[in-house]
Amino acid sequence: MREAPMEAGPGPGTGTVTSPKGEPSMRKTVLEVLGLHRAYGSVQAVDDVSFTLAEGGSLGIVGESGSGKTTTARIVVGLESADSGRVLVHRRDRTEHRRGRAHRLARAREVQMVFQDPYLSLDPRTPVGAVLRETLRLHFPDGDHDRRIAELLEQVGLGTREAAALPRQLSGGQRQRVAIARALAVQPAVLVLDEAVAALDVSVQAQILNLLADIRDETGIGYLFITHDLGVVRCVTDEVIVMRRGKIVESGRTAEVLARPRHPYTRLLLDSVPRPGWDPRGIAEARRAL
Amino acid sequence: MTATLLRRPGLARIRTTRAPLQRLCLGFVALVVLAALLAPWLAPYDPNAVDLGNALAGPSADHLLGVDASGRDTLSRLLTGARTSLLGPLGVVAFSTLAGVAVGVAAAWRGGWLDSVLSRSTELVFAFPGMLLAILIVSVYGEGLLAPVIALAIAYLPYVSRLTRSLVLAERRRPYVEAYQVQGHSGLQICLRHVVPGIAPVVLAQSTVNFGYALIDLAGLSFLGLGVPALTPDWGRMVFDGQSAIQHGYPLSAILPCAAIVLTVVAFNVVGERWADQVARRDR
Amino acid sequence: MTTLDIQAYRLSLPDTARPVLAGVDLTVGARETVALVGESGSGKSLTSRSVLGLLPAGARTEGTVRVNGEDVLTMAPEQLRRLRTSSAAMIFQDPRAAINPLRRIGDFLTESVRLNAGAAPAAATARAAEMLEAVGLTAAALRQYPGELSGGMLQRVMIAAALMGDPALILADEPTTALDVTTQAEVVALLGDLRTRFGTGLLFVTHDLGLAAAISDRVYVMYAGRIAETGPAEALFDRPRHPYTAALLNSTPRLEAPAGRLAAIEGRPPSLQEELVGCPFAPRCPLATFLCSQQAPALLPVAGEPARRVACHHSDRTGEGSVHA
Repeated sequence: MREAPMEAGPGPGTGTVTSPKGEPSMRKTVLEVLGLHRAYGSVQAVDDVSFTLAEGGSLGIVGESGSGKTTTARIVVGLESADSGRVLVHRRDRTEHRRGRAHRLARAREVQMVFQDPYLSLDPRTPVGAVLRETLRLHFPDGDHDRRIAELLEQVGLGTREAAALPRQLSGGQRQRVAIARALAVQPAVLVLDEAVAALDVSVQAQILNLLADIRDETGIGYLFITHDLGVVRCVTDEVIVMRRGKIVESGRTAEVLARPRHPYTRLLLDSVPRPGWDPRGIAEARRAL
Repeated sequence: MTATLLRRPGLARIRTTRAPLQRLCLGFVALVVLAALLAPWLAPYDPNAVDLGNALAGPSADHLLGVDASGRDTLSRLLTGARTSLLGPLGVVAFSTLAGVAVGVAAAWRGGWLDSVLSRSTELVFAFPGMLLAILIVSVYGEGLLAPVIALAIAYLPYVSRLTRSLVLAERRRPYVEAYQVQGHSGLQICLRHVVPGIAPVVLAQSTVNFGYALIDLAGLSFLGLGVPALTPDWGRMVFDGQSAIQHGYPLSAILPCAAIVLTVVAFNVVGERWADQVARRDR
Repeated sequence: MTTLDIQAYRLSLPDTARPVLAGVDLTVGARETVALVGESGSGKSLTSRSVLGLLPAGARTEGTVRVNGEDVLTMAPEQLRRLRTSSAAMIFQDPRAAINPLRRIGDFLTESVRLNAGAAPAAATARAAEMLEAVGLTAAALRQYPGELSGGMLQRVMIAAALMGDPALILADEPTTALDVTTQAEVVALLGDLRTRFGTGLLFVTHDLGLAAAISDRVYVMYAGRIAETGPAEALFDRPRHPYTAALLNSTPRLEAPAGRLAAIEGRPPSLQEELVGCPFAPRCPLATFLCSQQAPALLPVAGEPARRVACHHSDRTGEGSVHA
């Protein structure tokens, strides 16, 4: 059962997400990932992964640890390199690493990332305002930085009071807001969120998820949402791909995949979400059978 | 960030968690530095003024700490000698810190062959006794402070570069460094603006400890008559000059510079040690 | 029989403006699974650690924490040691951090009974093998190192270690948070099996209200060092009586709920540096009135539902008007 029954895949081995039904299918594609492969030793961490993300769309990648979802995200961002395959943003290939400042800045404006742990992804010694100013200076040397910093902080629901604060003086949710503001400062086409709400408390997580939905409505940034939490996927993504052991096992519209999973692994993931009347023993057996 | 400073066995025992000793040592360091800065105004006599008629006199109202075998005022020589005795180690520390940080950061950040080359060559220097290197260079270049300072700076460089390398390796694994990379900052910018300031307190604490060691080494060299020119007042040189006075039963002119050296070295060690502890506690 | 009985437990720390735990009442019966739910900083982990006498430095306590009828707070060090090795055991969140990576699993499992209970090595090893089989592993794991096992298997080893002293009570502090969802189900199923087999009481500390409702008999919801609400899992999940419980349920992204915006709770929990007057949840509560800001509500039984208690002046109005999933 390793080869996945594809919902609408054009050929074996590709997991292309088809353009959303019912919505204008001529929406331009912002991110296109083609045949990514990445091996660590004998382990195929990412095995022939392909998908596309429409402009202003939101695509979830779901999987457990070892599924290759994080490696895929890191290849898209450029923190890891692929053994083969291509990552295109607005039809420009990101994977051919050309050196030089201009290319580096252009790559940064294509894809930005929000990391999982807000406690570690900010330099403990840099105040919030300075974090944003640094980025603005790099990308928009001639802009009105003070105005833009105030704008960005407001956009993520922080006040000017927080601008002077060091990361350790902020709560986890506030730090994650700073991380989002920092990513937005670059005005990227795609925002990769790697388990960006996993480390937050439930009530704070809801605030951040709502904030992310608002930002997508306002700016039209495309989201690539990496998560293990199907509830989160349901909440913030239009389309979803399910990964297991480096391969895409299922893909499609989020609502459809969650309502009518076709792959047994997706079904197992869905059943594993605890709720009243939950049957952990049945899940454990299903997992062993798979 | 937990950092272990590199220490010599003898002085490693001098550790303290008690605040009074730390404050006392900090005060002593400040006093010595102040004395060195203000020596020309503080010194009651010309440190090189020879008064053979008064040789080996004990402490008196005129000469508070007595005079040496050549009749020179010990207090004036101690004060003026503090300048050379501190200036030399300062040069050693400044050069070894700058170069050591550069080497350590480059090795840790780039990794690969550069790391191998830099790490192996610093280990090569480690294997070579610093004093021997200094004696070699002084014997080639002759008298003068510059040759021993450069020699010792090279000998001390591995202490700093090894520490820096391990600190940078730990720091660059932190996700915030990746966050800056994604933002489009270059490796050099991230290093200079975030990584180096982050590790600086620990490196400077190591350099403070190194200052003490460099002081001993330089004093040792000038005791051997190497490095500092004969007439320049210097603590190590004073101990050497005082030998004959000890034989004549007037130990003061030799013991005082000895005490100055020991106390200064201990003070720098304690201050650096505590500094590193404080940084480690703050970062936890 | 009550295995764990916490009464009016207060815990204060130096450098805080209010007690970290302000009057916690909680019981766990034999063979009972009780979930303690709360967000970070609510005091749920402190409560469970207190049961083993693991108090932070400088802590001052009031009230009683009884395990099998003996008060943990007044125990001598020797008694505490016996408590930790035999009566009560704890399973931690991250098994990789809780097991020495340089020792074999066998050493880890047998160390405590050999040193504290004076068991013979052969007997200890036999018991370790038995416990490993009870948690679904084989005796072959005895010779393995922690690095050779997956996170889920290591958490099984932790559970086996907890069972070694045949405890009456197991404290599980977020035991599945570091695990994958499918592995979580396995570990939870295992804990359920062991409860019926060994008759232990289980206090399950978690931030996940859904998980708590799915596995426990009774649930306690904590907020700012107090119990906000308690009752049978199903009733509490279906008809929350405390506005905080209701808001927590509504802000959890769930599979059944319609997609779209979540009903987030604005603001954040009170910091330990603020003194609390009145209900700690009042500043974030949609039902809050002047009374709430003045007087802290007591944990009182709910009319018509004797098994439930709630600390809210307006518990009769909870659920009105709020969007119910």
